[in-house]
Amino acid sequence: MKKKSQINPAMVFNTTPEAPQKKKFCRFRKNGIKYIDYKDANFLMKFVNDQGKVLPRRLTGTSLKYQRKVTQAIKRARHIAVLPFEGDSLK
Amino acid sequence: MATKNQSSTAESVVLKDYESVIIFTPVLSEDQLKDAVSKYRTLITENGGELVHEENWGLTKLAYPIQKKTTGFYILYEFRATPEFISKFELAFRRDERIMRFLTVALDKHALIYNTRKRNGEFNQSKKEQKQEGGVK
Repeated sequence: MKKKSQINPAMVFNTTPEAPQKKKFCRFRKNGIKYIDYKDANFLMKFVNDQGKVLPRRLTGTSLKYQRKVTQAIKRARHIAVLPFEGDSLK
Repeated sequence: MATKNQSSTAESVVLKDYESVIIFTPVLSEDQLKDAVSKYRTLITENGGELVHEENWGLTKLAYPIQKKTTGFYILYEFRATPEFISKFELAFRRDERIMRFLTVALDKHALIYNTRKRNGEFNQSKKEQKQEGGVK
């Protein structure tokens, strides 16, 4: 495996002290995950905040198609008491 | 429209894929639980369905109390059945006082692939590897 050491031209001109923003990506599209298991609490925990609320797409980077599936899975998981409806400091 | 498409005739009953998660009360003894589990197993097979997979998660802690109980026995059935059977199946759940909560879900093709792979133990170890491989490819 060779790592390409090409420098992104967009980053060269970025002289601001802030680190260049990392491009968000949909983890389902990237990894080819087609089905989101509502029984997998550990996985779904990545998509809720510490109060147990569903995180918005702008934070997780999930595409709309999979955000709908994530929401559905979380709601199912709550019904069978795999995820809490509410809670504080889950993480 | 008269097409070449040979739709399934009446002789073959169309079966759909389903998955049911049932939470039994923790007050049941081991034998009582076995009875209850086998009762629903036979209910599926007697009504023209076929049981694909059965899973017992054992006594599991609930994320929040249900009927003032903090634990429950989780049982999972994956089965193929006619859509008419589901209402019958869920009615039996509602009448059963041993059941605290249930959820029946129709499975799509992606879910079927996922479930068979999970059963073959391809996950857990391979999930992380897959992500890495996916990144390389």
